[in-house]
Amino acid sequence: MINNKNSQKDSDTKGGQESVLNRRLFLRSAGVATAVGTLALGACKDDDDDMVTPPTTTVDLGKDDVGILNYAYALEQLEAAFYEQVVKTPYMGITAAETAILTDIRDHEVIHRDFFKAALTAAAPTQIIPALEVDFSSIDFTNRAKVLGAAKLFEDTGVAAYNGAGKFIKNATYLTLAGKIVSVEARHAAAISDLITPKTADFASDTQIDPNGLDKAIPSATILAAVQPYLKTKISGANLPK
Amino acid sequence: MNIFKIIDEIQKIDGDAVDRLEHATRRHFMNRIGSKLAAVAVPTVFASVVNKAYAQSAGAIDILNFALTLEYLEDEFYQKGNAAAGLIPASDKTIFTQIGKHETQHVAFLKGALGAKAVAKPTFDFTGKGAFATVFTNYNTFLTVSHALEDTGVRAYKGQAGGLMGDPDLLQYALQVHSVEARHASIVRKLLGAATGKPEIKSWITGKAGAPEAVYAGDDNKVQGGVDLTGLAGKSDAAITEAFDEPLTKEQVLAIAGLFL
Repeated sequence: MINNKNSQKDSDTKGGQESVLNRRLFLRSAGVATAVGTLALGACKDDDDDMVTPPTTTVDLGKDDVGILNYAYALEQLEAAFYEQVVKTPYMGITAAETAILTDIRDHEVIHRDFFKAALTAAAPTQIIPALEVDFSSIDFTNRAKVLGAAKLFEDTGVAAYNGAGKFIKNATYLTLAGKIVSVEARHAAAISDLITPKTADFASDTQIDPNGLDKAIPSATILAAVQPYLKTKISGANLPK
Repeated sequence: MNIFKIIDEIQKIDGDAVDRLEHATRRHFMNRIGSKLAAVAVPTVFASVVNKAYAQSAGAIDILNFALTLEYLEDEFYQKGNAAAGLIPASDKTIFTQIGKHETQHVAFLKGALGAKAVAKPTFDFTGKGAFATVFTNYNTFLTVSHALEDTGVRAYKGQAGGLMGDPDLLQYALQVHSVEARHASIVRKLLGAATGKPEIKSWITGKAGAPEAVYAGDDNKVQGGVDLTGLAGKSDAAITEAFDEPLTKEQVLAIAGLFL
């Protein structure tokens, strides 16, 4: 169950009421969201060990707030898997400072991923997407420039994805949660950029930030098309709010 | 918004305000608290009272003016810092020029969105009433104030997102500014860690470490969506708190801004 609590103190005083409220909100927004695609997934989900997902199977993220949470969960799965690989097989010439930064980011992304998994399992056990299969065959993990370039792509994409999805979230609790995570992704994006081109304006470059001083906000369809090459599992955001 | 809420906001900045208010008319009260507060908090909150009564998206106007006040603060801070001879090392000039440019853009954008309803720019005291006396002569002090302002900005925008849900376009703009502030915070924190020789100051906030204390209050929260994440994925408390930036309420932000008025 997801509740709107920013502190333990809050949870002591308001938890019960909010549980009820959020259950209602959740039920209302999830509604009849279970699409054919998700039902099919529900059938395979428990058999990950002995079933290989056929390449033709598409994971449907679903609709409404749960769809957006699944969308975030998918992106966090991708990022977490990427940094797990980066830390496991460090690129040539990696420095201690870089290892520290990349290990921190790995931990943050793993926490985001596992948080979404726990939250979705509690709130929407029949609609949570399964673990996705990644495809990093295009990334040379021994090459610093390639690894950091991919990291920058994933972080900037994550920021733009959350920024683009925020206005479709109906439950204020979920919106705040997305907000708590997106700024950490933006911190990552700036930190990675500063590893690639230190002491330049690239942490918030003129290609990333528009003349009004606004970061990117990109629709889910565009984001999913951009990240699909890094996923063996085909994912569909066709039912996401837009 | 009711009058008690307003008084509460003011009292967060001026602890004696209510005592004095008891013996004063509102007009008298506003005269006595002086131009510093009247320039920021009072017009913002009273404007919201007026607008709520007559305009559809008064809540949004209130939030935009709150954001504008923070952006005024940041914009003037970087204008002064970038103009101060010998303050910012040549190697870091590009970074602060870029940050300053964004803050100027944010002010212009918000003023454009608010039109005649935009609050006026207050008078700032970046020394924090003496706490940061060397803010424009000592680089480490400048970095300290800079990282505090950026982290406050991140937490402040985050705290207002829910209030903009009725206006999707404004919500998206706020989110687009929010992540820019986070990019700024990230790079400034890195510079601060290097300049002060404190590697524990990283691009992300660990626990509630940082100064001034009020800027980081509550950022050590580990309960997300009703779930205590302690021990999640075998990760440390430090990593769990770093992975989530916490919001600040408007009252908390006004109290922080009050340090610089």
